[in-house]
Amino acid sequence: MNSKITLAISKGRILEDTVSLLERMGMAPVEDLNKTRKLLIDTEDPNVRVVVIRATDVPTYVQYGAADLGIAGKDTLMETQGEGIYELLDLGICKCKLMVAGRSELPDPGKRLKVATKYVRSAQQYFAQQGKQIEIIRLYGSMELAPLTGLADLIVDLVDTGNTLRANGLQPLEHIEDISSRLVANKASLKVRVGTLQNIVEQFRNAIEES
Amino acid sequence: MSSRTRWLLPAGIEEVLPENAAILESYRRKSLDLFASWGYQLVISPFIEFLDSLLVGECEDLNLQTFKLTDQLSGRTMGVRADMTPQVARIDAHMLKSEAPTRLCYCGTVLHTRPETAGGTRSPLQIGAELYGHAGIASDTEIISLMTTTLHASGIKQILLDLGHTGIFEALVNTANLSQEIEADLFSMLQHKSTPDIETLLESVECSADFKTAILNLVNLHGSSNILSQAREQLKIGGKELLQCIDYIENLSNALSTRLGNTKIHYDLAESRGYHYQQGIVFTAFCANKGDELARGGRYDNIGETFGRARPATGFSADLRRLITASDHQTTKSSGAIYAPHINDNNLVTTVAKLRAQGEVVISGLSDNANEAHLAGCTRTLKNENNKWVVKDI
Repeated sequence: MNSKITLAISKGRILEDTVSLLERMGMAPVEDLNKTRKLLIDTEDPNVRVVVIRATDVPTYVQYGAADLGIAGKDTLMETQGEGIYELLDLGICKCKLMVAGRSELPDPGKRLKVATKYVRSAQQYFAQQGKQIEIIRLYGSMELAPLTGLADLIVDLVDTGNTLRANGLQPLEHIEDISSRLVANKASLKVRVGTLQNIVEQFRNAIEES
Repeated sequence: MSSRTRWLLPAGIEEVLPENAAILESYRRKSLDLFASWGYQLVISPFIEFLDSLLVGECEDLNLQTFKLTDQLSGRTMGVRADMTPQVARIDAHMLKSEAPTRLCYCGTVLHTRPETAGGTRSPLQIGAELYGHAGIASDTEIISLMTTTLHASGIKQILLDLGHTGIFEALVNTANLSQEIEADLFSMLQHKSTPDIETLLESVECSADFKTAILNLVNLHGSSNILSQAREQLKIGGKELLQCIDYIENLSNALSTRLGNTKIHYDLAESRGYHYQQGIVFTAFCANKGDELARGGRYDNIGETFGRARPATGFSADLRRLITASDHQTTKSSGAIYAPHINDNNLVTTVAKLRAQGEVVISGLSDNANEAHLAGCTRTLKNENNKWVVKDI
């Protein structure tokens, strides 16, 4: 086991907010993440290093114990199955909503709806709770295109301002879940390295209470 | 399936090759011998049986983990065992019917529909020991000591023991009037230490502010022994029942302190690992330097009732396959196999038999190929000197 604590953080949408949170805690990466090609980077805290990976990979790294801690959106955590992960704190950053969106005219309720999404599990669960049987179409990006081209009736996606939806003639229809970033920990790590990890978790707690 | 991928195994199912198989088998023998020396008798339970008898109580998690098929003879649903503990409990309750404490152990393959951990096996080689007919610290101490001794014997040097008690959460929810569904949600969130989700859930249900505070405190009550006194303070609303659980944990760890050697204890009051049939003390052993989970167990006093006789019960089990990856096993260098040439000679036959009886590995030659000894991995060979067969280095 590496003596340093490994913290997994996500590229993309939530990277900027994550880094500014880490800066406030004195745990900023020592290299500029937008410039460096390195993926495993030391931080100002000598006990902590970060790995920068795709958002959907963060829960996997933490589950397998390749990272002790991770910062992941609630959206990806809801898609993660299985044990091995603790969800310790709501960091309150990168807030948005997981929503059902579609064209203003509602599709014919008599037929089985086609829903395009990358959040397969959340979408299935949500519509099942509504008592609706749906057909999921798994997409990896540009969800908004699906209703416009007739590929799907509805989409389930993250909505921030809703501008992209409106620009494509869609609108948010139903609210599924409030999304924000969470601090997650590997179950075994939290027990085996309890002192060190509790300190770091405490630092995160203080940092989010200050802001 | 094309012939090119005929070799492919299903996800979570693996074969063990000679080197690891030898280690696995040595662990199995060592553990079973150790169990026997502590007075635990081996039982062999069926690999497959009627589903009703495999499932105990309302254990939905065990049900989902069980592979099922229809018995062509009886038309009833059968299941492949996903956990041997309930089977052994049945053997104790229904077949042995002893009034005295009974010590049983077992080892066998179980099958899970889904891996328990990400990327984990679906077919663990479960080994374990169970002690029936005694309720209290003494039997829990014995089982935990046996578990750590077994792990040490398998080459695990540093163990971290995680202790919890299912009664703590129970005592707390008994003070609030929650629906079964909410209680199940809360339990699952607690197993993930998900403070944010718990906060959201508690906001939406009617319960006292004291209960909310206690549950949120419970999430963070893990660490060294000082959390026990914190718990007495912070979880007061759980009343006498809750205090008894904490006392039990404290007394157990005192009783263990003289027996555990360098094993560290971590307390986690929110933890109720394992299957839902567990009631009372629950524990998990981790490898302290690699962070792998090695073994787990706990008390399950009421399982026997399903089979006609409730008996106090405590036990532990481990996946032998997992021990291999966690342990620092040293492959003991044997002096290598001996090659016996492909010659028809009575003297040679008796010499080979004698060597084998002494524990040597002797590989009989199949041809006159001079290179055969080398190909078979032999380091020594039998040579005929003055009509006597002697062992010589190659």
